[in-house]
Amino acid sequence: MLDAQENPTRSYLDRRVAEFRSQVQRRIDGALTEDEFRPFRLMNGLYLQLHAYMLRVAIPYGTLNADQLDVLAEVSERWDRGYGHFTTRQNIQYNWPKLPDVPDMLARLADVNLHAIQTSGNTIRNVTSDPLAGAHADELMDPRPVAELIRIWSTDHPEFQFLGRKFKIAVTGSPSDRAVTKAHDLGVRIVTRNGETGYQILVGGGLGRTPVVGKVIREFLPKADLLPYLEAVLSVYNLAGRRDNKYKARIKITVNEMGLEAFSARVDEAFTRIRPAFSGADQTLLEELQSAFAPPVLPPRDTGGFDAARRADPGFASWSDVNLRDHFADGYAIAMISLKPHGGVPGDASAGQMRAVAQLARDFGHDEIRVTQEQNLVLPHVAKADLPALYARLKAQGLATANVGLASDIIACPGMDYCALATARSIPVAQQIAETLADHEIEVGEMAIKISGCINACGHHHIGDIGILGLDRAGVENYQITLGGDAGTDMRIGEKTGRGFSYDEVAGAVERLIHAYLDLRDEGERFRETLARTGAEPFKAALYEEDTAHAA
Amino acid sequence: MAKRFQPGIVSANDLLSGAVIYLAKDGTWVSSMAKAEFITDEARAAARLTLAEGQPEIAVGPYLAPADDTDAGPVPNHFRESFRAQGPSAPARKSWGQAHA
Ligand code: SF4
Repeated sequence: MLDAQENPTRSYLDRRVAEFRSQVQRRIDGALTEDEFRPFRLMNGLYLQLHAYMLRVAIPYGTLNADQLDVLAEVSERWDRGYGHFTTRQNIQYNWPKLPDVPDMLARLADVNLHAIQTSGNTIRNVTSDPLAGAHADELMDPRPVAELIRIWSTDHPEFQFLGRKFKIAVTGSPSDRAVTKAHDLGVRIVTRNGETGYQILVGGGLGRTPVVGKVIREFLPKADLLPYLEAVLSVYNLAGRRDNKYKARIKITVNEMGLEAFSARVDEAFTRIRPAFSGADQTLLEELQSAFAPPVLPPRDTGGFDAARRADPGFASWSDVNLRDHFADGYAIAMISLKPHGGVPGDASAGQMRAVAQLARDFGHDEIRVTQEQNLVLPHVAKADLPALYARLKAQGLATANVGLASDIIACPGMDYCALATARSIPVAQQIAETLADHEIEVGEMAIKISGCINACGHHHIGDIGILGLDRAGVENYQITLGGDAGTDMRIGEKTGRGFSYDEVAGAVERLIHAYLDLRDEGERFRETLARTGAEPFKAALYEEDTAHAA
Repeated sequence: MAKRFQPGIVSANDLLSGAVIYLAKDGTWVSSMAKAEFITDEARAAARLTLAEGQPEIAVGPYLAPADDTDAGPVPNHFRESFRAQGPSAPARKSWGQAHA
């Protein structure tokens, strides 16, 4: 809530941990049934999965400091199996916690102001943002103060703890939307009009069973109106959203059934009512947050060593070609750290790797680490002069795979290796594809392959160049392929190709698609551009070539 | 219309660890499906489920999972139960996590 100085405060977190500790104890003693206990554990991010509990910890807008990452590592070693899994929503998941240990895990996380609150349940979830916020050259404004403002406002908000369904918000401050705002229940894009900063508001986006591209509900919302406007959207949704059917309860269905115009009119009505309650304290807080998120001081550094190292070491040259992004400051770069070693589990990092990255952030990265929606890590502010040393240390940790944005940088949800809702496996499919494509991925260039283990679409398959959805077809895993999705500013939902592929066929099918792309593309053309030019037919022909061969 | 009864076993997750457990003939919970009681008739299945549901301090979410019977004991007849029985098919890198595994 808005009156909190530091939110959530330590005393608030302590209270929540103590509360949960007693709930766990009462469950173990038999005083609470599972039905009574389940909502409590979900309120604390604790799920029961296929083989074990899973604890989901929020990494608000994907920003961590080195001490926090160290604690994430420590928690994985003391109470889990020595690794963590970074998710597409800027969370970390522990796959093997024991129920009696979870309160201790949460208490340790609270030491560094991390928690699992609102990572589950029908509330406003962890607010996500651009993982390159405050660093990328193309950014208009750092979105994190706004994300933090929204987080403070939404945490423990009394009206919005029991929504019809979960509610996800993302914020971006860049014209190249790296926060996938159009796939969120509510998206905030920082924009300017006539020199004034404000927000474009998107509503009703989402993936899952019914993928919908978010719609613009406000082209330009003045800065001071943000929270009252969000409150208006939430209150209309809270009243009008369906509660009779879980699958129709997300705001995207409310907006579609009511129509954007009618929905927007009701929001405007609510806004008029709510607006006067916001007296400007939120704007004062936003200003404070803006100074708290001010970029680090980046002294000018010579880049001669960087250029020399590129000439001397082809491995470094290739890594720096692929894994660096443009920083706003001369002589600096954003270093993407791949958690997708060829054949590894996408998004997993061992405790040792987390500690190593934390130390690298201290030594070279102004104490900042980011977690991306693509399940990688980032050091957002590294002097180019330090990159050769950084690379050598990443390499020693198995973290120097030069594939960020390439074909083997696959998003994969946990799927049936862990997830109780899964209808098929995702991880081993990603491993097979990565290994198949590793050798020619540089030639292929930018490519987004995304895999979900069920219709819930945590692996964002709808918005991959190549999307893969694992289903259970009559007791057998079957993988449906979609083409032409796009997670960028103009988000696009991919289209289904045709019959699905078996577990053993799917990596080969993707390889045929990639070869078709290499054959068909004009110079410099991205996959989606080739697809737009040629249409899906030649790709389908490549996918189903055996079918036609058999028919002939 | 009620679903046709399928022979199988009673499975659940262990309250403390979350691990997969199966109900054995003697009413104890075991971690190996092969040692689970293979249930062939509906009345017995209902009775065993009732027994399992009466032990919330051990078993979370007991249910009847279809299985096949073999000389070596019951085996899964659907891939979901196979993965539950085997653990993740794609273990994290081998050097990790041996300590608690
Ligand atoms: S997409 Fe399905 S299988 Fe994958 S993590 Fe989400 S719910 Fe689980």
